[in-house]
Amino acid sequence: MGLSLSQRRRLIPWMFAIPGLLWLIVFFAIPLANQASVSLMTGDPEAGYSLTWAFDTYTSAISDYKEQFLRSFLYAGAATVIDLVIAFPLAYFMAYKAGRWRNLMLLLVVLPFFMSYVLRTVSWQLILADNGWVVERLRDVGLVADDGRVLATGTAVIAGIAYNFLPFMVLPLYVALERIDRRFVEAATDLYASRLTAFRKVTLPLAIPGIFAGSLLVFIPACGDFVNAALLGTPRQYMIGNVVQSKFLNVLDYPTAAALSFILMTIILVGIVLYSRLLGTRNLTEAAT
Amino acid sequence: MVANQSLTADAVRESGVGGEPDIRLERVTKRFGDVLVIDDLDLEIERGAFYALLGPSGCGKTTTLRMIGGFELPTAGRVLLGGTEVTNAPPHKRDVNTVFQSYALFPHLTIEKNVAFGLERKGVGKAETRRRVAEALETVQLPHLAKRKPAQLSGGQQQRVALARALVNRPRALLLDEPLGALDLRLRRQLQLELKRIQQEVGITFIHVTHDQEEAMSMADTIAVMNRGRIEQAGTATDLYERPRTEFVAKFLGVSNLVRGTVGQANGELSAVTTHDGATLHAPTNRCAEHAGGAVSVGVRPEKVKLTPAEQPTPDGANVLRGQVVLSSFLGVSLQYVVRTAGGEELIVLAQNADGSLPESLGAGREVQLTWDPRHTFVVAAEDGARA
Ligand SMILES: Nc1ncnc2c1ncn2[C@@H]1O[C@H](COP(=O)(O)OP(=O)(O)O)[C@@H](O)[C@H]1O
Ligand SMILES: [Mg+2]
Repeated sequence: MGLSLSQRRRLIPWMFAIPGLLWLIVFFAIPLANQASVSLMTGDPEAGYSLTWAFDTYTSAISDYKEQFLRSFLYAGAATVIDLVIAFPLAYFMAYKAGRWRNLMLLLVVLPFFMSYVLRTVSWQLILADNGWVVERLRDVGLVADDGRVLATGTAVIAGIAYNFLPFMVLPLYVALERIDRRFVEAATDLYASRLTAFRKVTLPLAIPGIFAGSLLVFIPACGDFVNAALLGTPRQYMIGNVVQSKFLNVLDYPTAAALSFILMTIILVGIVLYSRLLGTRNLTEAAT
Repeated sequence: MVANQSLTADAVRESGVGGEPDIRLERVTKRFGDVLVIDDLDLEIERGAFYALLGPSGCGKTTTLRMIGGFELPTAGRVLLGGTEVTNAPPHKRDVNTVFQSYALFPHLTIEKNVAFGLERKGVGKAETRRRVAEALETVQLPHLAKRKPAQLSGGQQQRVALARALVNRPRALLLDEPLGALDLRLRRQLQLELKRIQQEVGITFIHVTHDQEEAMSMADTIAVMNRGRIEQAGTATDLYERPRTEFVAKFLGVSNLVRGTVGQANGELSAVTTHDGATLHAPTNRCAEHAGGAVSVGVRPEKVKLTPAEQPTPDGANVLRGQVVLSSFLGVSLQYVVRTAGGEELIVLAQNADGSLPESLGAGREVQLTWDPRHTFVVAAEDGARA
């Protein structure tokens, strides 16, 4: 073809992007546009749906299911915080203290992924069973009333989400901590910072990209999760994912399901922007570098 | 051989006292596992000195510095700062600051915040901090970069910020670990001068680790030459160059011509040394005394030797060795000859380029004699195995 060498050079990076772009178009942009149009349709399962630009599906979806929305954010938020609290010391230990045990620990962190998500969650039904060891110990120490239970409560759902998504918090935190040059901490202590101050002023700020990435990787999928609420909760613990699932698969009310999905997506996007402002990461690319 | 260095005249004058040294290591030993890295080291540094720790890579310079800074704890021995023992004190309790080889500037903080870090930890007030940070950045000539992040600075600029970040705290001493190691040659020479100027301006003790003998000689008042975890010799550049006391020092600082021999009779100021091939040389008695009867290397620096054709008369009392020119080269500022002596050593002679050309009488293959003043001769214990 009539391209000069330098022109071809400039095209090469774009050519590397082609598979990814195609992927995005086929599996993201097209379905997204499709679902956007579905969300604006009216009709019923028998007669089929047609595009009528029915924006009121959105307003009624919000007013009908705001409880499930709130619960989704509450549960996902709680699980994210719990994971952060558990994962930070773990990742810190793995990055700086584990020495030759480091690789084994990393393997253990991802080991649950070798088992089916649903099976893992089902096994929590056993762990949190009313007459199981855990609940009885909790009763012993008075954290659960004698006739109280854990299964079928919000606590169980949050615990399940926190458990299932923990590796998504540990791994980015580990990577972020491991990349921090230990000499920065030495420099801080050299400049009269105690170990705790050095952690606060140097390690923690430098770990923010990891905290940001880990929180998003847990919070976003957790918001749309329905497995944990379905298996460890009751309809009173249902999250927005359960509603979407039932609208799609049981009620066959596709427009409402699509509208709910778009509402969730919008709220999460707004939330990410606010969160990145809070952490001082100006944009997502900066968090990734 | 461990040697406490003599005080430099400058250091004594500035401290005003000859008494307690500012920094002192007493019989310090450091092992990493089974590996002996620092071997029973004694060290004293006077207040206000520019002190260089010079030695080949792996000899333990960084480890020594890190024990003064508090990043490594000695296996045995004591570390004292200003007469107070700090052997096991953590870094933040020690009144010294480090300029790290990699600079270790905090990447998330601006230059200004980096420099202010130490003052903020010490609880210095806001206004005072701002004033001193500005002053420190002025000293290293970077006030215009205060708002930048470290990643936006060149290597040389980062180096200066690291210096400012340490200096601003006005510590008892500044520890510099190969601070110029990552810079190219031109920038390094420029910053050497600047470091020296700043040290004289602020009057803080500098301990400067380097493996570059030229750098050490051009900057330091006192140089301690380290080898395998010990200090071989410490003193001024002149001391070390003109009167090295070990073969290692003689070879590490500049070029040495060494000939194996045995110390013989003392005759007043001068003592006789018989070389391995039977020639007799003379060296100052005070440099021979400790080696009496032992195997030694006699040495002389290349520029002290005069090279003349074999048939010329030699001055009375001069040391003379005979040999044959192997190589003569024109180096511009000087002429360099490699001469193989009767005893088999290849010695180097540097002559001034006074005539603008290599004299033919000293060309390759010519029989020549090397002569020099016995006062320029030094004597060191012969090192096992290694031939000079
Ligand atoms: N943390 C450590 N663990 C084990 N060996 C070390 C450690 N630090 C330094 N060493 C060893 O100690 C020796 C001296 O190192 P160092 O003080 O860095 O030398 P220099 O700064 O003179 O090049 C080297 O052989 C090095 O491998
Ligand atoms: Mg070193």
